[in-house]
Amino acid sequence: MLAKRIIPCLDIKNGRTVKGVNFVDLRDAGDPVELAEIYSAEGADELVFLDISATEERRKTLVNMVRRVAEKINIPFTVGGGISSVEDVEILLNNGADKVSINSSAVKNPQLINDLAQKFGSQCVVVAIDAKQINGQWIVHLVGGKVPTELNLFDWAVEVAERGAGEILFTSMDNDGTKNGFADEALAKLSELVNIPIIASGGAGNIQHFVDSFKVGKADAALAASVFHFKEIEIKALKEELRKNDIEVRL
Amino acid sequence: MKIVIINYGAGNIQSIMFAIERLGFKAVLSNNPQEIQTADKVIFPGVGEASSAMKKLTESGLDSLIPNLKQPVLGICLGMQLMCKSSEEGNTKGLGIFDVDVIKFTPTVKVPQMGWNQIYNLKSDIFKDIPENEFMYLVHSFYAPNCDEAIATTNYELEYASALQKDNFYGTQFHPEKSGAVGEKILENFLKLNSNT
Repeated sequence: MLAKRIIPCLDIKNGRTVKGVNFVDLRDAGDPVELAEIYSAEGADELVFLDISATEERRKTLVNMVRRVAEKINIPFTVGGGISSVEDVEILLNNGADKVSINSSAVKNPQLINDLAQKFGSQCVVVAIDAKQINGQWIVHLVGGKVPTELNLFDWAVEVAERGAGEILFTSMDNDGTKNGFADEALAKLSELVNIPIIASGGAGNIQHFVDSFKVGKADAALAASVFHFKEIEIKALKEELRKNDIEVRL
Repeated sequence: MKIVIINYGAGNIQSIMFAIERLGFKAVLSNNPQEIQTADKVIFPGVGEASSAMKKLTESGLDSLIPNLKQPVLGICLGMQLMCKSSEEGNTKGLGIFDVDVIKFTPTVKVPQMGWNQIYNLKSDIFKDIPENEFMYLVHSFYAPNCDEAIATTNYELEYASALQKDNFYGTQFHPEKSGAVGEKILENFLKLNSNT
């Protein structure tokens, strides 16, 4: 059976790993390649690197990091952050990234999803969607959740799937950093609406939250950062517990 | 040993290069017919869309070269699919090495299949010392149905062929270069096959 995936996310700034609580205060949690190797050895199914640097050399630094990771790691990884063109994607894939994740650039230019899917295949196009509830409506937000758009989460998800996205990474801004669990209800609705894999993100605090994201939220994969970076949850123990709950995992 | 990765502009070649280096071998990238013909092992990668990848192969004349290779050849992912008779993706005529037509998963399951799934019914030298039911990394929307040339099967929607072999030609739907230590072992088994098959 296809296994549910556990994905540690590494936020990268100037080639170093950081993790924001609610995307604001940043703490340093180490060297990305070293962390990637540790997670891979512990049984992570994939890795996501999210680049939040804003320097002029950011692309060069990121490409270097991607290459170093690809040299060392034998599991798939996704790179996101500031990707806005076919050329950006090409250079990352050519240096060993398996998938790219686009967010704001997809909202600003939805055609980019079609272009990437056509040129590189849907399998490497992850569309990341950050959303939070405003007056009971799930509204898509940009710039790490700071800027609301006109888009409804579910309408946008259907559109990105139709345009050729291979996967959706849904982060609930309401849950992110709270450690109170994933947005399971919205996840389940997404999973019913679109026929591509959904990665749950935002809110992981304990093992039960992961169980719920798969059982209640019907997610295909669950992503988290700080609970892994600060060793609050060990991946192997997490997967053993998932298996005890009849959730298929790679152990 | 000379390992050539066929470079025809379709696929994540860097990951395969790095995986081969981790195993202590070295590979060269080439689309030069003589280079490919004189290799001990040939790897035929591929990701993306079938008809445009096939077009690139045809343009470079590799479509007639590959089926005539005598050394062990390993097609990975789309590479494997292009070695089949045809693909439903873009109504593509394949290289016809494997006697099977590639078709699409139905919407009864999520498409693409993305992630780690088990391989079983293993029967080939490339699975030497690999236990049944190991998890491999797969990303695909189209698949080769189970057939006589299947050397591994996987269950997603139905039991399908996740690896194929005919004589010196091998194909894996999964990515051995991205499937952890077990995947690397399969790649190593392939690289250590007798070159004069």
